[in-house]
Amino acid sequence: MDLITILLGGLASGMVLFIVSVGLSVTMGLMGFVNLAHGGFAMLGGYVIALSMQHWGLPFGWALLLGFVAVAALSVVLERFFYSRLYRATELDQVLFTIGLVFVMTAAVTLGIGPNSQSVVLPDWLKGQTDLGFIQYRSYSLALIAAGTLLVLALWLGFERTRFGATIRAAVDSRRMASSLGVDVGRLFTVTFAIGSGLAAVGGGLGAEILGLDPNYPLRYLVYFLIVVSVGGLGRVTGVFFAALLIGVLDFVLKIYFPKGGTIFIYALTLVLLLARPQGLFGKKGG
Amino acid sequence: MKNWTPASALAAAAFSICSLFSVGAAAQTVKVGVVLPYTGVGAELAQQVDRGIQTFMTMNPNAFGGVKVEIVKRDSKNPSGAEAKTAVQELITQEKVDILAGFIYSPDAIASAQLVTEAKKPMIIMNAGTAWITTLSPMISRVSFSMWHAGYAMGEAAVKQMKAKTAVIGYTDYPPGKDSLDAFKRAFEGAGGKIIDEIPMGGPGQVPDFTPFFQRAKDKKPDVFFVFVPAGDHTLAVMKTYGALGMRKAGIRLVGPGDITQDIKLQAMGDDAVGLITTHHYNADLDNPLNKRFVESWKKSFGAASTPDFMGVQGYDGMAAIAYIVTTLKGKIDPDGAINALRGWKYNSPRGPISIDPRTRDIVMNEYISELVKKDGRLVQKNIGMLPAVKDMCKELAEGRCKQ
Amino acid sequence: MAVSFTAAEQLARRHRFQWWETLPWIAALAAFFAFPNYLAFATQVLITILFALSLDLVLGYAGIVTLGHAAFFGAGAYTVGMLASHFGWTEPLSGLLAAALVAGVVGLVSGLVLLRTHGLALLMLTLCTMTLLEQAANMGAAWTGGFDGIPGLSFGKILGLFSFDVLYFRTQYLYVLTVLLICFLVVRMLVYSSFGQSLTGVRENLLRMHAVGAPVRIRLVIAYAISAALAGVAGGLFTQATGFVNLAVLGLERAAGVLIVLILGGYGRLYGAFVGAVAYMVLEHFLAKAYPTAWQLGIGVVLVLVALYARNGIPGLAETLRGKRRSAP
Repeated sequence: MDLITILLGGLASGMVLFIVSVGLSVTMGLMGFVNLAHGGFAMLGGYVIALSMQHWGLPFGWALLLGFVAVAALSVVLERFFYSRLYRATELDQVLFTIGLVFVMTAAVTLGIGPNSQSVVLPDWLKGQTDLGFIQYRSYSLALIAAGTLLVLALWLGFERTRFGATIRAAVDSRRMASSLGVDVGRLFTVTFAIGSGLAAVGGGLGAEILGLDPNYPLRYLVYFLIVVSVGGLGRVTGVFFAALLIGVLDFVLKIYFPKGGTIFIYALTLVLLLARPQGLFGKKGG
Repeated sequence: MKNWTPASALAAAAFSICSLFSVGAAAQTVKVGVVLPYTGVGAELAQQVDRGIQTFMTMNPNAFGGVKVEIVKRDSKNPSGAEAKTAVQELITQEKVDILAGFIYSPDAIASAQLVTEAKKPMIIMNAGTAWITTLSPMISRVSFSMWHAGYAMGEAAVKQMKAKTAVIGYTDYPPGKDSLDAFKRAFEGAGGKIIDEIPMGGPGQVPDFTPFFQRAKDKKPDVFFVFVPAGDHTLAVMKTYGALGMRKAGIRLVGPGDITQDIKLQAMGDDAVGLITTHHYNADLDNPLNKRFVESWKKSFGAASTPDFMGVQGYDGMAAIAYIVTTLKGKIDPDGAINALRGWKYNSPRGPISIDPRTRDIVMNEYISELVKKDGRLVQKNIGMLPAVKDMCKELAEGRCKQ
Repeated sequence: MAVSFTAAEQLARRHRFQWWETLPWIAALAAFFAFPNYLAFATQVLITILFALSLDLVLGYAGIVTLGHAAFFGAGAYTVGMLASHFGWTEPLSGLLAAALVAGVVGLVSGLVLLRTHGLALLMLTLCTMTLLEQAANMGAAWTGGFDGIPGLSFGKILGLFSFDVLYFRTQYLYVLTVLLICFLVVRMLVYSSFGQSLTGVRENLLRMHAVGAPVRIRLVIAYAISAALAGVAGGLFTQATGFVNLAVLGLERAAGVLIVLILGGYGRLYGAFVGAVAYMVLEHFLAKAYPTAWQLGIGVVLVLVALYARNGIPGLAETLRGKRRSAP
């Protein structure tokens, strides 16, 4: 198997991880809030996307948009009423809350919709293979790579070139200073949280082909999201991007050549990386 | 340090709540304890078995000869064995059930074996497929399957019917996967074929991205690619990956036990799955009159979009076994009598004729070789062969742990 | 001028046993007689209490947040299991000692390597270590039984006198209770010793501890190793009581579960493990009996409410009601 095919395969799965995890990294870095329910937002988004396509015949693109908006709105409600009360709480209380929230989400979906998994039916132009000239490759994977790249560029531009992005960066670096400079930190949290959750929702729908979609999704993938975020460095979009790609590609490659090793490689890799650089690849020291 | 007495107060309060929930056993009913993973990763599978049980009760209201049957359900949660064992223990000591049934995951059945032997309660396994489970206790009888039933049959069919000479095996790396591997390998090599690679494909918990494993198989260019993954989301991912990598065009035929074409996932598999050949003891398209009525009753109870699958029929047949025990012993369940009643029990099930092997207490049934075709826009299993009255070859050949 | 020394007196005296500390043990004995059909479940509760207690040592007292404590539980559980099934070593007490030893060594080694970090990195490192052990156990399925586990384990008589009660778990319950009592006394003594005080110092003010020249890291590693050994004992008890062990002893469910139990019960309070384990497990058990498909919703709501309205777990809830605030021990 040649290098290109390997790379593309790894990149595609890395991209899904990135799209879902980037929101977690920013909120954890910005709000210092351990949100273990992040996967839950991805799941809910996936369900909105899948079900709106199944029952209302909504086209793929519109379904993605709906997923983003619906979950972002839900996250605003949750943030204002629940999350904000725990900003000053200990990390462990935050863990307790978010785990409880995941249980509620999982149970609600199981009871309301059923324990079966849902599938997101891809539009025809994403099925099958695309001819890139030098290689034929799965269209869906190529689309994922494109989507992820566009997203990271958009986010990077947003962070580096807009005022809003600068405000977030400032608040990540020092909440107190930003606040004393007149930034409405509370509102910043809400907006960022909404965007992060909305992105997770889109990731849940887009990645359903690879990661699946069922009530157990949040807890099953929680560890992966946390790995990507911690290896990438909290609050660093580029960090999450490269960490996700690194993990995606390496996992893929190692599975081909050493399938017996199973998922050991991701954990061993994370172990080595975090011991060498506890703040993550791109994180700031002392964080 | 703070002086506080929550421990004692709460402990006392909590334990007193217990008494509110204690249930006394009624006199003239037969109580059946059903242990299934109603929550967690197995919830979907538990639902199918549970529905099978319900369908039996709906279709055969008089099957118990006038004896009242009370079903007590317990959640075995995650497949750790410990939860199932605690549930079984309480069903025996507190609820005082007469018969135990259910058990999707092998560790749950394995952990409970000691208990049922000690308490002398018959245990009817409605899924757990590790071959040597039935050797763990004389109280265990299985109506579902052993991994070797389908695996061995597929191995033979691959050589004899499909004329394959080489095979690559992909399997989820846990005991049922390894069992399936052993079974297929034994039969395939026994019939003259050659296994060129064995690829473990991750664990049963998370659905991995199968692309690297399938790519590796594709590179080896076998005649057939035998795949075993646990029923559930793994199967969908398998089909999608097979199609995405263009493996059929490369001339590699995908085969496997019917776990990979579970009926509840079938329609979502899309055209990639057409041409897939599987061996299993049941699929919803089986053409016999009882199955047609079974499917009809199922759809009537649970919706036209629902469908029974092999787990559903296992729940159904499990209840049939229990009904047989109840009517034979006329409602007075003594453990040895129950197990002996099942030895050699024959029954006409939606999956065809089944019986319980008197020596191994395991199921003997037909294995159907089917090919997936598209008919009227739906994926349908077409029967292309059958092996009658197949036994668990692991125990027949006394392989490894199956030695009794 | 009379100076009141009550605060100092309180500090000096608190290691002495208070009368109410006997209550949990009396309650546990009472449960033995009151609920003869629930002892299998009750034994699991006791094992979880011990496990949570071991976690409290590092989490509540040393401030180390770990999601991988099941690594030690599993190490102990598998030690007992493999000794019994592969070497025929079924003597229970020596099996426990072996479990403690193995788990303690694992704790020592991982502590030396991992405790250089803190915060999110440490959390992820503990998680990864545990998962690596889980994967190793799966790969070594010939030894560990993998997903299906090691079946049909039975153990010899305790002290040559008391044999395990397969169906009613009476012996198991009292056995685990006794071991729990012994381990609890050990932990209690540690916590009130100067060693324990220095751990609290590390948790409360790391900088100052460095400033007074206290050897911080070595204390953390020792505490971590002791905690690991205790978790190993809990794991060993699990295998002995359940007669079965599989990969779940090394799984995230167990590690996250014990963390929740401890947070719920209140960490750093010594009895938090008792409160949390009893409250959580009893609630979950009876909810699951009544509603086999829907109980998760109820549990989730309870956790959310406790987190929102009670700082530091259930005791915090009572404190909020009383209008007091938690002061550092």
